Amino acid sequence: MTTSSENDVTTVISSAQAPEMTVAARPSSFRRRFFRVARPTLAMAPFLIYTFLGLGIPTIAVINLAFRNENGKPSTENLHLISQGIYRLGFENSIKLALITSIIPGVLGVILAYTIQTSRSNLFRRLVATASGVLANFGGVNLTFMFIATLGSTGVLTVWLNVIRLNPWHYGFNLYSFYGVAFVYMYFQIPLMVLIITPALAGLRQSWREAAQNMGASSLRYWRHVGVPVLLPSVLGAMLLLFGSAFAAYATAESLTTGIIALAPIQIGVVLNGNVVAGQTHVGYAIAFGMLVILTITMILYALVRRRASKWLR
Amino acid sequence: MASVSGPLGGLAFEEALSEISSTPQRRQRRLRFRPWRAIVMTLAGAYFLLPIYGGLKFSLEDLNGHFSFEAIQNLPSAPGFADAFWLSMRLAIATLVVSTLLMVPTTIYVHLRLPRMRRVMEFITILPIVIPPIVIIAGVLPAAPLWAKSSPYLLSFLYVILVMPFIYRSLDAGLSAIDLKTLVEASRSLGGNWLRTMTSVILPNLRAALLSAMVLTLALVLGEFTMASLDLWTTIPVWITQFNTSPNGHIQVAASMLGLVGTWLFLTIIVSIDRSESRRSRRKAGTL
Repeated sequence: MTTSSENDVTTVISSAQAPEMTVAARPSSFRRRFFRVARPTLAMAPFLIYTFLGLGIPTIAVINLAFRNENGKPSTENLHLISQGIYRLGFENSIKLALITSIIPGVLGVILAYTIQTSRSNLFRRLVATASGVLANFGGVNLTFMFIATLGSTGVLTVWLNVIRLNPWHYGFNLYSFYGVAFVYMYFQIPLMVLIITPALAGLRQSWREAAQNMGASSLRYWRHVGVPVLLPSVLGAMLLLFGSAFAAYATAESLTTGIIALAPIQIGVVLNGNVVAGQTHVGYAIAFGMLVILTITMILYALVRRRASKWLR
Repeated sequence: MASVSGPLGGLAFEEALSEISSTPQRRQRRLRFRPWRAIVMTLAGAYFLLPIYGGLKFSLEDLNGHFSFEAIQNLPSAPGFADAFWLSMRLAIATLVVSTLLMVPTTIYVHLRLPRMRRVMEFITILPIVIPPIVIIAGVLPAAPLWAKSSPYLLSFLYVILVMPFIYRSLDAGLSAIDLKTLVEASRSLGGNWLRTMTSVILPNLRAALLSAMVLTLALVLGEFTMASLDLWTTIPVWITQFNTSPNGHIQVAASMLGLVGTWLFLTIIVSIDRSESRRSRRKAGTL
């Protein structure tokens, strides 16, 4: 990749020379070598330039601005700001939310995936597969309003439960709070877990179970010594992905709570919208930088766990 | 980022499921797990179906709680909806065109000529999942020039980045499933030029992969809120959160439900096309 980015300049020249080349029809060895390098560069250039503009520059801008104060001087002021007070609370809440909505949906997702996988109805499995695909991507505003229609103070389920004197709002439930957000997140986190973990569950070979049974192992022993150890890395890896997914989510929490709970992504949004103390406008970039650090660590852990997981499940 | 595998994962998921054939032992196990299964499925069904039911019921009700199409009928004439819808559509089309033009030739070229670059592509296209949209837009707003920020198509430019992971994975899976090299060589030796090879050999083979990638792109663009709201453009999701003249949210819920129902419908069609296609090709392979 390093060579191709160096050659971005030569790309322009090569495209201009291309017709001339066909006329010449006597490629010197230099030209041939030149084209061997230029053609792949030319083919890859649009993609590489595009991702650099749309992904590279914004990331560099965030990191750059996180380490500069209002006047553009290099400083660690912003990082100091986010390590305390409300911004620190934002990170703590975000991590807490991400942990809750990765561990619980992770466990529930495995149970659900196993139940579906061992089901005998083909139609049912196909239905669930499509449903998981849709629901795993179904976050944001649409999801928020669906839950408001169901569990909001005049929602369908709330009205039903009210009839049997079990209105959850009377028992301390609040859809527009931290736990309300966690409850709504599970709606896309569980299907995501089902999607990620099903191939791993399918990788548990029948022959392993038979081998264990032949040697006199009970079902419990099979799970304790074979099933769980083989699946554990995959489950942990999937939970790390869920953690990242919940930690980075903005739209659902923002539209559900209209931005009143302290979560790191919501605070970035608040700062970007200009609702910030004078002299702290760069704090948003520092929060973004902090999120990048946490997500990078998550992904490195994921890569490590996945290497371990692929040992048995291929 | 709430999506790592998406509907593509859905397809892979299905393949994984179809591999599990019913063996004799399974009948015994089925009996043992019966009550478990019932409990799990009831709870999961309630959690996943009730909000859908709630949303549908809410959007098919008038203010007195009677069944009516009032909310859906009022939707097109709701103030601002037409503009938001039109904006979302334009952004979706621009994103579809640009992402297809960018990703299809690049992925095919990498598969054909630069297999070493596959790892690089994989790494780059996973980045939009690691770097959340809120961070990308936070970096774009100070870095983008003014002329770019004054155009809504800056969003399309960024949406292409957001959908890259899905499009790449879908195309990658589609290309790995066919013997690309042989097909291209055959076409070339029969005198087809590159354009013809693309349009009548490679692309027809990639139809299912392309379709599922496009549906996902459409769903993602029409539902994207983070970037649009912070870039201050009123797309449909932004309109839904801002529209509060409706007495109790029936119209907003109706607009939200349209998104879900639409995506689901599209996906079901795609999956069934994909299935009938693969069944047909399997049958063909069997007779050969």
